[in-house]
Amino acid sequence: MFQALANPQRFMDFSRWAAPILGIIAVILVAMGLWLTFTVPEDYQQGDTVRIMFIHVPAAYMAMFCYACLGGASFMGLVFRHSLADAAGRACAPLGAGFTFLALVTGSLWGRPMWGTWWVWDARMTSVLVLLLLYIGYMALQAAIDDEVKAARAASILALVGLINLPIIKFSVDWWNTLHQPASVFRAGGPTMPPDYLWPLALMAIGYMALFGSLWMVRVRSEVWRKRANGLALQAAG
Amino acid sequence: MICAVHMQNLAIIRGERLLFQGLDLSVRKGEAVALTGANGSGKTSLLRALAGLIRPHAGDVRFEGPQGVLEAEDARSQGVHLLGHQDCFKATRTAWEELLFQVQWTGGTEASARAASAKLDLDRLAGLEVRKLSAGQRRRLALARLVASPRSLWLLDEPMAPLDTARRAVFGDLMAEHLAGGGMIIAAVHDPLPIAARACDLSSLDGPAQ
Amino acid sequence: MNGFWVMLRREMAMAWGRGGGPLLALTFFVATATLLPLAVGASPARLAAVAPGSAWLALALASLLSLERLFERDYEDGTLDLLALGPVPLEAVAFAKGLAQWLTNGAPLALAAPVVAVALGADLRLVPLIFISALIGGLGLAFTGGIGAALSLGSKRGGVLIAVLVLPLFAPPVIFGAGAIEAFAGGLDWHPALGLLSAYGLAAAALGPFAMAAACRNALS
Repeated sequence: MFQALANPQRFMDFSRWAAPILGIIAVILVAMGLWLTFTVPEDYQQGDTVRIMFIHVPAAYMAMFCYACLGGASFMGLVFRHSLADAAGRACAPLGAGFTFLALVTGSLWGRPMWGTWWVWDARMTSVLVLLLLYIGYMALQAAIDDEVKAARAASILALVGLINLPIIKFSVDWWNTLHQPASVFRAGGPTMPPDYLWPLALMAIGYMALFGSLWMVRVRSEVWRKRANGLALQAAG
Repeated sequence: MICAVHMQNLAIIRGERLLFQGLDLSVRKGEAVALTGANGSGKTSLLRALAGLIRPHAGDVRFEGPQGVLEAEDARSQGVHLLGHQDCFKATRTAWEELLFQVQWTGGTEASARAASAKLDLDRLAGLEVRKLSAGQRRRLALARLVASPRSLWLLDEPMAPLDTARRAVFGDLMAEHLAGGGMIIAAVHDPLPIAARACDLSSLDGPAQ
Repeated sequence: MNGFWVMLRREMAMAWGRGGGPLLALTFFVATATLLPLAVGASPARLAAVAPGSAWLALALASLLSLERLFERDYEDGTLDLLALGPVPLEAVAFAKGLAQWLTNGAPLALAAPVVAVALGADLRLVPLIFISALIGGLGLAFTGGIGAALSLGSKRGGVLIAVLVLPLFAPPVIFGAGAIEAFAGGLDWHPALGLLSAYGLAAAALGPFAMAAACRNALS
């Protein structure tokens, strides 16, 4: 599939209908997920606040998924020097940063009733925060270099460096957390999950994924259009 | 030791602009080529592509040694001198420190650096910081590196621009000596070189009219 | 191999020459540490609790300082072209630069780290460990920092950008470095932390040059 879609024209033909369809699927799934989110029985310990989980957990999952996509696209861009891969990487970053931000904000909202503070330096929150910084670094580097091709390659190298570092950072933050014996009541994985909660969680996760796929294609498409427009402008300028 | 360099159907794109295409050029032992062409025709880019710093859009560059084809990487790391617009000197180090580093880095020795310094009349300047040198003096210091470390392919970008008439003649002698010793020179120039050189006009290799 | 030494010698000479880098980084280190009591109050009990950690934080910030010039000056004056055509590959050049950065910046900072920590109220027993962890950690800081320095070549605002790129990557060494000291102070086993710190430093020194060289080639192209 990658082979076939690596051709920009074929990608454009494919994404032309795939992007809106995925977008519709995303809206339906997220709507169903949200409806379930507000109708499932509340948790006997957390009460209504558990509903934040259905927005928060899939977002945190997408934050990492997007970085994996970013790393994959960067690798393809560096090794095969493919312009579409560069565009794909560039399109991933703001989406990933958005999901990361959403995960942090909802985590913080969840923390208020759960822990009594807006922010806790717990291992997960901290590593997600570092992940957000990595995304921001990627976008800042991309924006700071004028030459587009060079900017894309530099950012791709950074993405791969980040990809190697991410597990190390995660590990070090977990290690740091055990050293400091957190006062948090939050156990890994939370209380055992009642089956009622699996459905909304799964719907939201797949819905986010479809949303990402749709927005990602739209962004890559606009990138391709922009390049074509640039080419035309250059041609017109002689 | 490079004996010849062959360019085949070479095309270079910078940004989104095609600079030239279909360049076929072979340079052999003892030959000099003067690259000409309007500003922006790709002279500097061609030199940088030969040095392996930029990747041609199409075509290839082959280096030939006495025993046949050379690995491009080896050829460049042992046989190519690139002298661009910038002369690679640190303003606050002395002329001698900078020359010695460049010579040692490109495969020469302290003795050869001294000899080159004498040859280019640089001994009086050796102890000065580079920032105190004039443009012409800096250029001579840069040329000393070419003389001091034995690399057979010289890629020169406007090498004579800051030199006065007398120094140009001296530089002409140095180039002639290099060629006589089996070297090769590819130089981007506006003014003619003071030695016999084949001309190669990049402007004639523009992309198809649009 | 000869080329590598030529390169290393030059980098060292340029770092120490004209009294620049290391002294500036040291001054910055001390100045940052001076702000700590001013910010949190001079109460010895409060300071002593955060002394080793703050020393590590200041160390990470101070090691950012000279990164901007690590590749930038060679890029600006064309020397990077020359380095790309040298007898050893750019990876070795990058390794030499990282090593020089460690020896000329990391090592002096490591010497100053115990002094700063003790001035902030750290226990004297901690001095050897603070020195060793700062020295080993400096290796990781120098090589990950070098990646940021090489990546930001050709960008409009080098210094701040390097900090943004590199500080998240400094999280592991800061955690392990400060963690080792904290574990030791708390009577826990500090060997794992020091081991992880060394592993990070060695891995950065082994892999970092590849990223730096790729970034340099990209900037030159």
